[in-house]
Amino acid sequence: MKVSRLAEILNAEIINLSEDREIETGYCGDFLSFAMSRLPSNSAWFTVMSNANVAAVAVLTEAAAIVVCENVRPDENLSARCKTEGLNLLIVAYPAYECAVKLSQALKNE
Amino acid sequence: MSEDCIRLEFDVDSENFASAGMASEAVKTKLKQLGINMQDVRRVAIAMYEGEINMVIHAKGGKATVDIFPHRVDMILADKGPGIADIDLAMKEGYSTAPDNIRALGFGAGMGLPNMKKNTDAMKIDSVQGIGTTIYMTVNLH
Ligand SMILES: Nc1ncnc2c1ncn2[C@@H]1O[C@H](COP(=O)(O)OP(=O)(O)O)[C@@H](O)[C@H]1O
Ligand SMILES: [Mg+2]
Repeated sequence: MKVSRLAEILNAEIINLSEDREIETGYCGDFLSFAMSRLPSNSAWFTVMSNANVAAVAVLTEAAAIVVCENVRPDENLSARCKTEGLNLLIVAYPAYECAVKLSQALKNE
Repeated sequence: MSEDCIRLEFDVDSENFASAGMASEAVKTKLKQLGINMQDVRRVAIAMYEGEINMVIHAKGGKATVDIFPHRVDMILADKGPGIADIDLAMKEGYSTAPDNIRALGFGAGMGLPNMKKNTDAMKIDSVQGIGTTIYMTVNLH
């Protein structure tokens, strides 16, 4: 599923969409060391972390999109770094669990 | 240093938290350009990122030297920080001395050193309290 399609499903605000990448799976978590070692490439990463270090982990793990949950506003630094590094960044109102359920359903229906 | 080695060197500075991870990103980009398989790239990226972040949050920055050979990558992360008092304790999953303001940024899970160990084929820590820490890591390439 494309990032733009996930944005529709989750009613997301798109902060950055550089390349409409294919999402294969998802990952929920906030501690960066866990995400760094577990986040599968081409995932949508659901988190409430909103600082620029999230971008570094997303680049290193090749996340398809960072999805900041529960209407947390990303730091200016995060938005800026996503734009310069070509990372897709969305903001959604749903908590991570609900995002993951919706992604899973949509992936199954593809 | 032999001829078929590519050396990358980085000053890891701790002033700007928002740009932490840049050295790891540069190493990953280089390895991908060289056509290294993604699993090995990922292992190097994890080890390098955790080491880089530790220098930023625990040691006020340091130097990273990465040597890429045809069949392995050597990483040396050297800082002049406070040193690690008890290395065995520091290696335990979940052990962290990171303060609350650092944990609020998503660091301080206490998984950095264990992740470095897990993702490398060799790892050695030299640390002297009050002098600094140097970590040597090697990842074999397949
Ligand atoms: N370069 C370093 N200089 C000084 N102390 C360090 C360094 N790297 C790690 N440590 C110590 O080892 C502990 C465990 O490190 P780590 O497993 O990466 O967990 P975390 O960074 O999440 O605290 C740190 O909390 C810190 O006390
Ligand atoms: Mg650490």
